[in-house]
Amino acid sequence: MEVNSTSKGKLIASGVIPFVFLIIMVAYIFGPGSDLLDLGVPLPEITMEKVDFMNSEIHVTVRNTGPIPVDIVIADVNDRIHPAAIEPDKHLERFETALVRIPFEWNEAEPYIIGLTINDGTRFEKEIEAAAPALEPDLELFGFFAIIGTYVGIIPVMIGLLWLPFIKKISKSKYHFFLALTAGLLLFLGIDSVEEALEVSKESLAGSFNGMLLVATVVVLSFLGLYYSGEKLVKRAETSRLAKPVAIALMISIGIGLHNFGEGLAIGAAVGLGSIAFSTFLIVGFALHNTTEGIAIAAPMSRGKTMIGKLAAMGLIAGSPAIFGAWVGGFVYSPFTSVVFLSIGAGAIFQVIITILRWIREEGDKNLSSAAVASGFAIGMLIMYLTSILV
Amino acid sequence: MESSRSKIMMASMITIVAISAFYFLLPEGISAQQEEKIFKTHSGAIVKTTGQILDPQYTESTMEFDPMEYLREFNYGRVSTLPDGTTLREFTIIAEDDEEMEVAPGVFFNTWTFNGTVPGPTIRATEGDLVRVKFINNGEKEHTIHFHGIHEAQFDGVFEPVGSGGGQFTYEFRAGPVGVHPYHCHIMPLEEHIARGLYGVFIVDPKEGREPADEMVMVLNGLDTDFDAENNFYAANTIPFYYQHHPIQINTGDLIRVYVVNMVEFDPINNLHLHGNLYRYNPTGTDTDSFFTDMITLSQTERGIMEFSYDYPGKYLFHAHKVEFSEKGWVGLFLVNGEPLAETVGSIDYGS
Repeated sequence: MEVNSTSKGKLIASGVIPFVFLIIMVAYIFGPGSDLLDLGVPLPEITMEKVDFMNSEIHVTVRNTGPIPVDIVIADVNDRIHPAAIEPDKHLERFETALVRIPFEWNEAEPYIIGLTINDGTRFEKEIEAAAPALEPDLELFGFFAIIGTYVGIIPVMIGLLWLPFIKKISKSKYHFFLALTAGLLLFLGIDSVEEALEVSKESLAGSFNGMLLVATVVVLSFLGLYYSGEKLVKRAETSRLAKPVAIALMISIGIGLHNFGEGLAIGAAVGLGSIAFSTFLIVGFALHNTTEGIAIAAPMSRGKTMIGKLAAMGLIAGSPAIFGAWVGGFVYSPFTSVVFLSIGAGAIFQVIITILRWIREEGDKNLSSAAVASGFAIGMLIMYLTSILV
Repeated sequence: MESSRSKIMMASMITIVAISAFYFLLPEGISAQQEEKIFKTHSGAIVKTTGQILDPQYTESTMEFDPMEYLREFNYGRVSTLPDGTTLREFTIIAEDDEEMEVAPGVFFNTWTFNGTVPGPTIRATEGDLVRVKFINNGEKEHTIHFHGIHEAQFDGVFEPVGSGGGQFTYEFRAGPVGVHPYHCHIMPLEEHIARGLYGVFIVDPKEGREPADEMVMVLNGLDTDFDAENNFYAANTIPFYYQHHPIQINTGDLIRVYVVNMVEFDPINNLHLHGNLYRYNPTGTDTDSFFTDMITLSQTERGIMEFSYDYPGKYLFHAHKVEFSEKGWVGLFLVNGEPLAETVGSIDYGS
């Protein structure tokens, strides 16, 4: 017993000692050793994360994303200086944010460049493609986003599910074709989400957030989280009354749901930022694009008995997050949340692809290189690419 | 055991993500300060804020350079008379290039200076005086003084760079011709040495003198504070918007004489428009030619003498009619005091 406790003490000590040295080193660098590393000039940096066009005012949310504190001292619109207010105050510590209010009679749909000058005279700017009134979260807009979310999320997925009877009746190899098609569709969606996340991080996220690595980290975390819980779900399906195809379809709907949340976020944010006009054409494009997601859910379900209720529930799981995404994106947009949610969606999608491919292997002849699978995968990608042109 | 541990891991991961998501969802945070302040926009609208005001009003300025003082400050030098009767005027000008100057409220910029200010001191002599300028370079780079005017090649301030850390050179020449001239550093890269602030005004008065007037100097200049070869600020006498918030006080009927020198770099032209009046403009101040206008266009180092007087009291703007410059600070006000000297057609409360 005694021996055991001393060895436990040693174990703890050996785990703690490196930390102690790490703390000593950090303390030394910040304290007496700070002169040693005092090379180079730290350059200040601020990032304008959000620009809102209010009634006779432009509101800029600015964050100090550099290594040193800064003061915001001058505001301009299109390189012309204007008196402005800054709340709560002009001094920004690292990562601190402030709201700059510039009284300005702006014109809708016209481009603007917002500039902020800091205490050393450096001017930072942010370009807005088209000014649009900031969205006031009222009931009407709430409903508007719900309708958009329904159009691009729920309805197309439900329509896609209607292919179920058709998929049910076809041969095994054709069935594998459709499963592979689904995987192809999803791979495209996953890449699309990653691209979108990288784009947002490049445009609006400060360099100090390491946008690329943030996306990679969240994608992997999301993948692992769903992979782990998905395995649990499928394992439980084997012992419970939940059929395996249903479990897989459920996972696919959750994955697609997370993706659609990201899509809704992008739509809501785009409306909020005024960078797109919501035309009928665009909604038609998204709808066509998302119909394919219904096929992805229908494909594994086609091998059990038809369960209308479950199917409809899965359609809702996959489609309705678009509505929530639109609300979040439109009302409380921040580039950071956008990047995070898009990355979660991408990780979820990649996890679903793995699940489907394993399902094909188990279902089929332990073979992923059949003509049906290869062509299905390829055509899935192609369909998505072609429908994406419409968006 | 293992699965419960991983459940805890999952739960903590989700918590971390959720908390950070909320932090970034609500970036403004909660402001404790609720005291309201008021400011006026350029179009006159009143805006309230619980925060601070970003406006170059100079209400609580800490700036060392006072444009109002510079406006009417003329340096005649240490005067003595040589045996032949010539007046000798001796000046000392010290260059520095390692100090920061507050060039607009809260903006600290490394200006390069003659005698600590941008523009440098206005030096003034009468035509024919012997001018002796002792130049000391206390900066970290080489500098010179190049005077516009008529002088010997050796005193042209181009080929005799004065070394840093206390280097000296004495420029000597007869003041002439009559007029208003700039002086500036002439070390390469020249644009940088000028744009950073190494310039000033040199006035040569005619022997017979000029009619007494309320005299002032306006150097039209700009500052590129972020080194992108474009000016961030423009002004008359360096400080943007200064004379707009602190109008220049003059009186009806007084002759106003402005020595105006354009030292703007990067932009090919500058100009000056006066409101509610026209002025007699004498290019370079050489008294050889003049015209009557409310608008002059000036290229680099173009300069002249403006003369005018106001009949009606009130506030009158003067500014660059290249409006970009005025919206970045090159705008000011004359506040004309006194009784109207001509018949008035309106009944306006002129205010003060």
